[in-house]
Amino acid sequence: MTAPAKPKIRVLIAKPGLDGHDRGAKVVARALRDGGCEVIYTGIRQTPEMIAEAALQEDVDVVGLSILSGAHLELFPRIVDELKRRKVDDVILFCGGIIPEEDTKALEKLGFQAIFRPGTNTQDIVKFVYENVKK
Amino acid sequence: MDDLVQRFLDGERRALARIISRVENETPEGRGYLRELFPHSGKAHIIGVTGGAGAGKSTLTGALAAEYRRRGKTIGIVAVDPSSPFTQGAILGDRIRMQELALDEGVYVRSMASRGALGGLAPTIADVVAIMDAFGFDYVIVETVGAGQDEVEIAGTALTTLLVNNPGTGDDIQALKAGIIEIADILIVNKADHPGADVLVSQLQSLLALAPAGSRRPPILKTTAIRGEGLDKVADAIADHRNWLESSGELARHRARNARHSVLGTTRAILLQRIQANTPESELNALVERVANRELDPHTAAEELANYVRG
Repeated sequence: MTAPAKPKIRVLIAKPGLDGHDRGAKVVARALRDGGCEVIYTGIRQTPEMIAEAALQEDVDVVGLSILSGAHLELFPRIVDELKRRKVDDVILFCGGIIPEEDTKALEKLGFQAIFRPGTNTQDIVKFVYENVKK
Repeated sequence: MDDLVQRFLDGERRALARIISRVENETPEGRGYLRELFPHSGKAHIIGVTGGAGAGKSTLTGALAAEYRRRGKTIGIVAVDPSSPFTQGAILGDRIRMQELALDEGVYVRSMASRGALGGLAPTIADVVAIMDAFGFDYVIVETVGAGQDEVEIAGTALTTLLVNNPGTGDDIQALKAGIIEIADILIVNKADHPGADVLVSQLQSLLALAPAGSRRPPILKTTAIRGEGLDKVADAIADHRNWLESSGELARHRARNARHSVLGTTRAILLQRIQANTPESELNALVERVANRELDPHTAAEELANYVRG
């Protein structure tokens, strides 16, 4: 039998809340694309329900959330809840954007395995994805 | 086989999503699911949406799905975007245009990367469509990558193909050319609020008048998909086309043609995979180098490579 090609890693990049700028999300999406991932980008102003539903329908391995507004401790727990409600309990979560250091613990507790702040080398994000997805 | 099939048959969307991934990744497991679920397919009407990049295919697909929701129908959408020829990565951005349906339980949207397939679709598109069909959606809409003049694969998958055109993108000679325009069952002039829409409609009309007598003439419909305008007429035209397929006997011929397309396409893929798996990398490199140095012509090299199908 022939060996099938290695399954592609599917990543959802989503922007919850009311941020109007998505340059950062697009830079990350592009870096992951160049890293060989299939990246589903949802666009801006997504509700927690929309993000969780997209993760379910697209059967992604990774969900990356980008936020600048400061509402992460408000919105991220709701996204995690919505994912759980849909039994999407095995995705790798990471986030990025304007996220103060003092919120790190709270986000780790929610299940976020990495937080990428301004100045991150995008290659570190690609590396994180490849190291954490088991495929 | 695990309980995924049962959960699928019970209508669980997570099971649908999981099964599509396995089918798309062409794993032995995925082939098993396809074998088991294929007999449940064949009930949905499959609609293809094709047209150039930026023509409004995703927006039109979303608006058409919204129209079907108003009619109480359920819809599965498969939207294909291109994979990088260099990294095999992809940005799948069609969901952005379908936000209105994001939380509608009667709609399921799946993005697919073309993964090297030519013709505007993905290697496993027919299989994924069959899985969606088996799930029980009334309609499955397949949106191709932005197509040029020759991406006609969609006609081998869909029962009704919509070709999305825009005003201001070429004269009537473009429409006279062979290729993609020939596969359209319904011609859409989208962005009909832009100047030149009526000119394009009349160009398309005069072109269709050149078709041989007795052949079916595709209707030409104006839409402004972003505002949801004209989609009721599109849905009606799709229903008319379906009725025509049934009453003319074309439906059976379509299905036979699509089955043939799918079987031959998959056979081609299997043969290529076998050849690639059986060919030592050094042998392939040697052949390629001889062609590059003009010592061997590509056809002879391919004949040699094809011998590896038996291992």
